[in-house]
Amino acid sequence: MTFDWGFVGEVLPDLLLGLRYTLLATVVSYAFALVLGLVVAMVRRAAPRPVAAVVHWVMEFIRCTPLLVQLFFVFYVLPSVGVQLSPLTAGIIGLGVHYAAYTAEVYRSGLEGVPRGQWEAARALSLPARRTWTAVVLPQAVRRVIPALGNYLISMFKDTPLLFAITVPELLFEANRLGGQYFKYLEMMTVVGLLFICVSVPAAILIRFLERRYAAI
Amino acid sequence: MTFFDLLPLYLNGAWYTLLITLGGCALAFVIAMTVGIVGSVRNPVLRAAAAVYVEVFRGVAALVLMFWLFYALPLVTGYRVEPVFAAILALGLNVGAYGAENVRGAIKAVPRAQYEATVALNMTPVQRMRMVILPQAWAQMLPTFGNLAIELMKGSAVVSLIAVSDLTFVAQQLRTFSGDTALAFTAALVMYFIIAQVLLFFVRMAERRADRRLGRAPAKPTRRGGRIAAAVKGGGA
Repeated sequence: MTFDWGFVGEVLPDLLLGLRYTLLATVVSYAFALVLGLVVAMVRRAAPRPVAAVVHWVMEFIRCTPLLVQLFFVFYVLPSVGVQLSPLTAGIIGLGVHYAAYTAEVYRSGLEGVPRGQWEAARALSLPARRTWTAVVLPQAVRRVIPALGNYLISMFKDTPLLFAITVPELLFEANRLGGQYFKYLEMMTVVGLLFICVSVPAAILIRFLERRYAAI
Repeated sequence: MTFFDLLPLYLNGAWYTLLITLGGCALAFVIAMTVGIVGSVRNPVLRAAAAVYVEVFRGVAALVLMFWLFYALPLVTGYRVEPVFAAILALGLNVGAYGAENVRGAIKAVPRAQYEATVALNMTPVQRMRMVILPQAWAQMLPTFGNLAIELMKGSAVVSLIAVSDLTFVAQQLRTFSGDTALAFTAALVMYFIIAQVLLFFVRMAERRADRRLGRAPAKPTRRGGRIAAAVKGGGA
């Protein structure tokens, strides 16, 4: 069996459309995970102990269970309690919440890196809690975790093929559909792999660059 | 149907999940060690080869790799790969690449003086690795290996998409049979959680053992992905 490059050229536009969904899902869920993770990290630090403990175990549970099953859970269980979701929305929620559990840990390590004196100084100046967080603590904490957060962008990108399982028309979904239609699985799966490398290797290089730039601070 | 009627089905699924997890871990471990050690030698050609391996297999999602092995490879070789085997191979290759970086980092983190001492003592390269460098790097790499084992266990859920009847597959089947979606998936999630906690337990045991062998104090229990809480309660409320 020979590799049919002509066929690859023909269906490439369809695949790129799939890639667009992949990228869209990645970016939106990443933004969601960044915000939710920060909220979780702040709750774990500032909320009363029982609340913080509950949040901690929920996050531990999310980190220890497969994303795929969580996606199924969001996609199949939420509609049965009356929340109707499109596959893409369900996928974004699933990915976002899963990765929030990871980014929360990253933010936490950043928050721990802020010297105690900074908190004390904020208190001595009698800054309100809001200002303490937004003007003193978070700028220092977030800055030093930027490289670690970047790594999660790449790993999230590589998790988006899972959305295939809940029928989001992303890259792997398109490839599988076209592969099945023309029985050209070899071409399709190979091209999907190559496209993934084409996106994630430059992204990794970019993030390593950012890492060098920010790690010095 | 109550949950207890379904328990045998879940246990059967859990068995497959466990099989793939352990198989994948074994393969990933061998790859991580080999590629990691090769990646930390002086020879630039060997180092480049290791780097290429790591970049390529970290760049491809395990799911895509598995689909490739399962659907595309038979068309090239004319030989159909067992789904379980394809899963173990894909997960092992993928996680092995992450593990290799971990091994390389841990070897690099061993103080340089240790290496110089082995040279001064006229040890062969194999002796250096086996008796001095690796025992110290080992303690360093174990926590990350633990996290990777969990990642692999979670990654094994995707084998349900190539029709291996693992935990996720069982949950999917029960969803279509019984229609009790919430129960089907919650049960699966809880079982994954239990498997993960058992894995973590063994990794922590290995960590303590590695530290003891180096004569270090038993490490404080660490949480995945972060450092130990410094017990500094913030001023904000």
